[in-house]
Amino acid sequence: MEFSEFLDTYLVPTAITVAQIFAIIVPLLVAVAYLTYFERKVIASMQLRKGPNVVGPFGLLQPLADGAKLFIKETILPSGANKILFAMAPMLTFILSLIAWAVIPFDAGMVLADINVGILYLFAISSLGVYGVIMAGWASNSKYAFLGALRSAAQMVSYEVSIGFVIITVLLCVGSLNLSAIVEAQKTIWFAIPLLPMFIIFFVSALAETNRAPFDLPEGESELVAGYFVEYSSMTFALFFLGEYANMILMSGMTAVLFLGGWLPPMDIAPFNWIPGPIWFFIKISLVLFCFLWVRATFPRYRYDQLMRLGWKVFLPLSLAWVVITAGVLVAFDIVPTPLSG
Amino acid sequence: MVQAIAFYAFAFVTIAAGVMVVSSRNPVHSVLYLILAFFNAAGLFVLIGAEFIAMILVVVYVGAVAVLFLFVVMMLDINFVELRQGFMQYLPIGALLGLILLVELFFVIGIWSFLEDGSMLTAVIPVQNITNTHALGNVLYTKYVYLFQAAGLILLIAMIGAIVLTLRSRPGARKQKIADQLSRRSEDILDVVKVKEGEGV
Repeated sequence: MEFSEFLDTYLVPTAITVAQIFAIIVPLLVAVAYLTYFERKVIASMQLRKGPNVVGPFGLLQPLADGAKLFIKETILPSGANKILFAMAPMLTFILSLIAWAVIPFDAGMVLADINVGILYLFAISSLGVYGVIMAGWASNSKYAFLGALRSAAQMVSYEVSIGFVIITVLLCVGSLNLSAIVEAQKTIWFAIPLLPMFIIFFVSALAETNRAPFDLPEGESELVAGYFVEYSSMTFALFFLGEYANMILMSGMTAVLFLGGWLPPMDIAPFNWIPGPIWFFIKISLVLFCFLWVRATFPRYRYDQLMRLGWKVFLPLSLAWVVITAGVLVAFDIVPTPLSG
Repeated sequence: MVQAIAFYAFAFVTIAAGVMVVSSRNPVHSVLYLILAFFNAAGLFVLIGAEFIAMILVVVYVGAVAVLFLFVVMMLDINFVELRQGFMQYLPIGALLGLILLVELFFVIGIWSFLEDGSMLTAVIPVQNITNTHALGNVLYTKYVYLFQAAGLILLIAMIGAIVLTLRSRPGARKQKIADQLSRRSEDILDVVKVKEGEGV
């Protein structure tokens, strides 16, 4: 094979893909850093405090200071820990929270991998997130960490079921598993309006799936110290932290794609469609993230049996019924979307 | 070339992980190797263009089944020495099963490669231009709908069986009944008393 041919077939596409990956990951990590700042500011305002305001103007450099602090701390390996798994768990959590972004469409055609089964890929990756938690809990060889991991495993598996049904409902209305097609199908109306109950179920399940308040029992500090990452310090802790916040942004992105019309403007008229798609997507993600923080500042933590009851006895029957109702309505009014070819 | 490299990488890791599932001493490691094997099998499915099956493999086996495996294995108090004792005793049965599977594989591959019309037995890739999710749905819910329903019924019965086996009513236990709590009225439980000064209730 000629070198130029090799260059054209392999090296150049690889270089372009790597550049695209960096174009996604770098803004994502900046967003994660400033999400922590946003969270502290929002919760502070809700509690009539000021929040971070010392480091830099308006405390804007606080995330960088926190990062630097974590970076220079000592990494501690507990003597009874399973060393390899202990080190792998935070890496796994972090990697999983990043690779899911490969299929998220930021604008029409602006997506790293436009695969046919995009939504299933997202679902699969988000269901893998539990492994980082379980491995961390088990490998730490600590009671608190282990209990946190067990709680998290049961919780994430439970809420995945209803997330699955919500996704099926949306897919019934789209007729495709491709994320760009899901967004395009919301040109006339965002799915948040006809599928409002599903939207709410998805949002609450997303809270549970990301272990956020009021479902943050895996890290419930009042009984489990910090749950599964109690033995972690320094950068290993930072990786968990980054992964968790990146997952929050991812779940908000999923909510925006499935229910809030992704990159589409609310109405296709003059002042709205001047704003480019990625900005709309960013605004929608920020809005959902604000709700995440709002919920955290508002609701007390659930009891574990209440959490299980909500997942299995309320959300599961409700979402299952909506799948049947949606399918029935689509068939009865003969508006089943035709499969797109290709 | 890249496909071949990817295939051999996935295939090698699948087999190596499979060997480690059987041979690793710690059962938690075994389950984690099993997950690795599933994952690489999903990679192999992607390589032959069956992306739907690949994703379902990850969602169902890695995301749900293996989590429950891991959950149980982590909580078990396993005596490793005892676990090893039956090894030699069960070895012949295991070897026999492996041998049978190997012979069956040879039959399948032999039919494919030696018979003239053997290619009829291999999967026919649908020529129409649809995604394999649609292709699977078209076959599963039309041609095989009764088998599909039967599989669903079997799973349902298995689930009911599991619940019946583990359900026990504890008479003394206190349970929160949400419906009772919600149906309480303030008139039933509250008495508003006007208390005279200096007298008490």
